[in-house]
Amino acid sequence: MTRFSAMSLFAKALGGHQGWPEQWPDAAPKPAYDAIIVGGGGHGLGAAYYLAKKYGITKVAVLEKGWIGGGNTGRNTTIIRSNYLYDESAHLYDHAVKLWDGLSQELNYNTMYSKRGVMMLAHNVHDIQSFKRHIHANRLNGVDNEWLTPEEAKAYCPPLNISPDARYPVLGAALQRRGGTARHDTVAWGYARAAAALGVDIIQNCAVTGINRGPDGAVTGVETTRGSIACKRIGVSAAGNTSVLMQMAGLDFPLESYPLQALVSEPVKPIFPCVVMSNTVHAYMSQSDKGELVIGAGTDQYVSYSQRGALHIVEHTLAAICEIFPIFRRMRMLRTWGGIVDVTPDRSPILGKTPVQGLYVNCGWGTGGFKATPGAGDLLAYTMAKDEPHRINAPFNLDRFRNGRLIDEAAAAAVAH
Amino acid sequence: MTGYRLPMGGRVNRQTQLAFRFDGATYAGFEGDTLASALLANGVQLFGRSFKYHRPRGLLGAGSEEPNALISVTRGPGRFTPNLRATSIDLYDGLEASSQNRWPSLKFDLGAINDRLGMFFPAGFYNKTFMWPRSFWEKLYEPAIRRMAGLGHPPTEEDPDHYAATYAHCDVLIIGAGPAGIDAALEAASGNGRVILIDEQDELGGGALSDPALWPWLDRSVKALAASPNVTVLTRTTAFGYFHDNFIGAVERLTDHLADVPHGPREKLWRIRAGEVILAQGAIERPLVFDGNDTPGVMLASAARVFALRFGVAVGRSIALMASHDSGWHDIFALAKTGVGIAAIVDVRDAVSPDLLAQAEALGIPVHLGHSVIGVRGRLGVKAISIARNGGTGVADLACDALLMAGGWTLTVHLWSHSKGTLAWRDDLGAYVPDQPNENVRCVGACAGAWSFGDGAVIDILPTPKDPTRAKAFVDFQNDVTAKDIKLAVREGFRSIEHIKRYTTNGMATDQGKTSNLNGLQIASTALNRPVADIGLTTFRPPYTPQTFGALAGHAKGPLFQPTRKTNIDSWAEENGAVFELVAQWRRARYFPKAGEDMHAAVNRECRMVRSSVGIFDASTLGKIEVVGPDAAEFLNRMYTNPWKALEPGRCRYGLLLKEDGFITDDGVSARLAADRFHLTTTTGGAARVLNMMEDYLQTEWPDLNVWLTSTTEQYAVIALQGPNARKVLEPLVEGIDLSAEAFPHMAVREGTICGIPTRLFRVSFTGELGFEINVPSAYGRALWERIMAEGARFDITPYGTEAMHVLRAEKGFIIVGQDTDGTVTPQDAGLDWAIGKKKPDFVGKRSLARPDIVAPGRKHLVGLLTEDPNVVLEEGAQIVADPNQPVPMTMIGHVTSSYWSEALGRSIAMALVVDGQNRMGQSLFIPMPGQTHVAKVSSMVFYDAEGARLNV
Ligand SMILES: Cc1cc2nc3c(=O)[nH]c(=O)nc-3n(C[C@H](O)[C@H](O)[C@H](O)COP(=O)(O)OP(=O)(O)OC[C@H]3O[C@@H](n4cnc5c(N)ncnc54)[C@H](O)[C@@H]3O)c2cc1C
Repeated sequence: MTRFSAMSLFAKALGGHQGWPEQWPDAAPKPAYDAIIVGGGGHGLGAAYYLAKKYGITKVAVLEKGWIGGGNTGRNTTIIRSNYLYDESAHLYDHAVKLWDGLSQELNYNTMYSKRGVMMLAHNVHDIQSFKRHIHANRLNGVDNEWLTPEEAKAYCPPLNISPDARYPVLGAALQRRGGTARHDTVAWGYARAAAALGVDIIQNCAVTGINRGPDGAVTGVETTRGSIACKRIGVSAAGNTSVLMQMAGLDFPLESYPLQALVSEPVKPIFPCVVMSNTVHAYMSQSDKGELVIGAGTDQYVSYSQRGALHIVEHTLAAICEIFPIFRRMRMLRTWGGIVDVTPDRSPILGKTPVQGLYVNCGWGTGGFKATPGAGDLLAYTMAKDEPHRINAPFNLDRFRNGRLIDEAAAAAVAH
Repeated sequence: MTGYRLPMGGRVNRQTQLAFRFDGATYAGFEGDTLASALLANGVQLFGRSFKYHRPRGLLGAGSEEPNALISVTRGPGRFTPNLRATSIDLYDGLEASSQNRWPSLKFDLGAINDRLGMFFPAGFYNKTFMWPRSFWEKLYEPAIRRMAGLGHPPTEEDPDHYAATYAHCDVLIIGAGPAGIDAALEAASGNGRVILIDEQDELGGGALSDPALWPWLDRSVKALAASPNVTVLTRTTAFGYFHDNFIGAVERLTDHLADVPHGPREKLWRIRAGEVILAQGAIERPLVFDGNDTPGVMLASAARVFALRFGVAVGRSIALMASHDSGWHDIFALAKTGVGIAAIVDVRDAVSPDLLAQAEALGIPVHLGHSVIGVRGRLGVKAISIARNGGTGVADLACDALLMAGGWTLTVHLWSHSKGTLAWRDDLGAYVPDQPNENVRCVGACAGAWSFGDGAVIDILPTPKDPTRAKAFVDFQNDVTAKDIKLAVREGFRSIEHIKRYTTNGMATDQGKTSNLNGLQIASTALNRPVADIGLTTFRPPYTPQTFGALAGHAKGPLFQPTRKTNIDSWAEENGAVFELVAQWRRARYFPKAGEDMHAAVNRECRMVRSSVGIFDASTLGKIEVVGPDAAEFLNRMYTNPWKALEPGRCRYGLLLKEDGFITDDGVSARLAADRFHLTTTTGGAARVLNMMEDYLQTEWPDLNVWLTSTTEQYAVIALQGPNARKVLEPLVEGIDLSAEAFPHMAVREGTICGIPTRLFRVSFTGELGFEINVPSAYGRALWERIMAEGARFDITPYGTEAMHVLRAEKGFIIVGQDTDGTVTPQDAGLDWAIGKKKPDFVGKRSLARPDIVAPGRKHLVGLLTEDPNVVLEEGAQIVADPNQPVPMTMIGHVTSSYWSEALGRSIAMALVVDGQNRMGQSLFIPMPGQTHVAKVSSMVFYDAEGARLNV
């Protein structure tokens, strides 16, 4: 692997950039691997990297039906934060956020993780109660999250409208300063390059069409559009398509897949210094390094595998953005798109073993799994290497839907009375 | 340079001169000009600076595909708009425009240093560097990158304009009003169906607007369409997105072209559902890729034609053409006929049709076949070009002041692709054409590949003897993506066209690759040594051109963003000084301060009056559902945890509703009015959710049940009268209902009249006092309220708000779903086991209540908390620990859900969810707050009148 640095960039520039090698080779499938990861998103590529790096399992293939990072990894609004309520979630996401710090250096690939701060707006008494609950829980868990008055919130994010006459006035905000954004593609590419350097095969245009099992029920390999591949350990990390893959192993997964949309504005000069989220008004926004306002929209009401959503969702999102940030009403929407998010009944992920020996799963991240990318990859790798979950992901097992030990963050945000 | 307006021709109105300003200088143009044509007429070639290298740029195109000429327009306070295309800005008198992304000026831009250093900023450079030292990314590198990036400045003031939105339905929707679209519209118009024809330009005609021979036909057609009653024509309207089931979004621009901003909406969103869609979006000419192809004055041949024939403006005095396609020759011939000087035709092909050569000869135009432009001289405008024979080394210089590019055509298949129609590659056209439709849609005209522009050669990069690593041959002009960048991406292993796009940002600028996608694809194809068809195409995404946020938000602004729901009594509260709070979409009176009172004092007084005399409360926001039908009781029995079948008509019951997962989702007191009729109440925020949930079960799980559900939330105003004197206030007003304790016990319902108004009168209490809830038709709410106020004056009747209501109910240990429960709380956890019908075979959530973890010990229970210091009112949301001295991360065992000062008890009270709380009665727990740890004892949740003596009077 050619190390990336200002020096190497300078040196290669003098050679007209002819000397750059492939960031990862275009591997063709081999007949057998020690471990296969299905899904070349950030999570899957991360898992492959950590399998090789931390656990010495290098005969690994990542099978991606399209192009790596082309799923939700390359479609999300990249909000990173860890101020979750429950201990289980706080530990899971904080594990990831700690890995984000230093990821660029670890991968020798600038993932552009930018701790711009994530501010969540409170618009009614109920929001205040809920955010205070989060802040106090985070404080005692050692996770940073602080309360801001409307004036402090405005100072942190000047475009914010804090007029008390607004339809949903801002009554305060919860701020996690360590939260922020990263550049989505580079996360996938950075992991792919680093994993490939350790011997992992990154195989694109290779869709898994079947999961093979032996007489004892354990997995023996996969069928793909590029032939059969043998292997005793399969990690499925296929986001919106996970339920389809699980069915190939005869497992019915508690997942529903919905289109979730996002959009960007035309690029403008810096105006928006942080990330702002409003769950009550349904507005999520940051500004990219390129200058686009990056805006998260909602999910369609109906389940679907079609990566496009309905117009009225976008209308509602922009109405919300213009309410909270009225100066942006004349800005223009440049591009919209959708991704398929996999949602579990308690909106927390499933990360661990499955009832099928040798089959591991990482799914159910729904609308919020980008922030978990390094953590999810690391924990899936651990679980596959040790054939048992790490302490951090143990609570996120499949069994909780049977025994009732749910981790329901969304419910904890509760409903207005 | 001045005076590029041709002596005659064009569709501009030379009688009406318009004055406008660009970067502070004043110019004149004509009615019918765009900003682009008017500036060109004044000899302006330099329009902007590119995104990354800040290279000087002129116009590339003449329409909405323009990547370079991005302009900010300001028209008074709040009306600043960045990133508009000069080619799409209709000129008006007084237009105030400025260039962008340059400092200090357009001609002299310090950012152009990036261009000199360009070799260090190839595609993806930022992935490879800025990593050390770690903290510098956020502090130094990123802010620097951000300052350089961005196009125009953002608006900084609130937009005073407003925006409209509408729905439309039609049998045939035609998008694009060039000749093909107009023909399709005329044909559709002859039928009976409703037809809508839309076009993004200010007049119909498309390509015909720059073809004077077609103008008589165009005139006739436009008149015929205008005369057809079944045809709606929308100009200045962009169909920006194609959604499921022939649903098209379009935005009409209503005022941006007017000198004075009228009092109407600026733009209007059209949401069109069409039976059939006909796409006639045409095609866009492709630039050629060679060193210096971005110099101001280098533009598409078709654009030069539009400027000359539609606007009467020459793009130069001595114009050269670089072609790989016949269409450019025809454009040059048309230009020559307007009298513009033509320097030469250069064509990369070795041979073209003799007819073209003959025409060139007749017009006296020098022709260089088998040649390519290999360089352009002039930084702020073309001065000369260098050409070389393909494969040769000899270079010749040709003086000219404009260079046209004719690289063939790219079909405009954006909307087709939005609709998920498939595309097929056609080698003969060198373009993707529509293949299989996915909706009821077809393409006609150029966007279907049916054009008559002649032949061409498909070429990725023009041959050059120069070192290609030194060339600046642009593919995506706005994003400064060069051919080198695309080759670099391929070299670095990016093979999918989507990866190449993302790595280089080719096609991701505000023109979304209208002029760059196909060239990028060709270059990638050569670099990968694979046919274009194997590489695919990036996905087109809505919108076709950028659309204003405000237009998409439409009317949903300020008070209309989401209507504030107000009760019939709300106006009284407002007149009487209430302080409001928002609850779901409602606003509710929170408290009624008297002069000099703060919230605390007001709430204390309100609570005191309810407990000692009588209070009046607007409970109209409670959700209400009328459940009717022979199976109504059976239905409720299955929905709620409680038994309903034995409930007698005239009686009420507290109902508890779980989700499938066994957790509490709603509650409310409901009444049985008759054997087959119930009046349900839900929480204020839960009304819609509960009705949806019930309909869902009714329609999908139990369609056999004979039950109808009707939302009646807004049909009733509800006045709660609470306190020991409530009955005395009510008695004189009610007719036909015996209010005595014996005849009308707690948890009963009666129908009768009050002040002559029909009422459903509930005897219920959320305060623990003798209480009534009076339901009357909404319109009578305020009148009745005032009547009761008058009647209650002798008891000093006191209006109270939600805050006092919360305190009063907490004193009694009544829960608020969503505050004391959070979607993880079972009935047992909340101490509500009594509300579960133990003998019922089933109800929603029953099975989940038996799950191992739900019955395991150690769950959180809802309990009371009394602080050691009675004056400390805990913060709601505060966390509870058993051991305050442990290090962080601490083991938290619960949190405070409700907490108030209780006037009745003269101390603070709180409710909390605590692990194993019901078995911790009397135990001291700790609430560590910043700087201080509070101590509190676990207690019962019922703090006041535990026996309920005050209720049953
Ligand atoms: C619009 C949008 C906005 C979002 N915003 C945020 C945000 O702000 N913050 C946040 O934290 N999260 C956000 N998310 C969620 C986040 O994107 C995802 O949770 C996360 O990226 C999931 O990563 P992944 O690697 O698991 O999935 P993906 O990146 O989707 O990867 C799964 C891969 O599996 C492949 N695959 C599927 N089936 C097969 C098969 N049969 N064979 C082979 N390969 C297959 C797919 O092609 C895909 O590449 C958002 C999501 C969307 C759609």
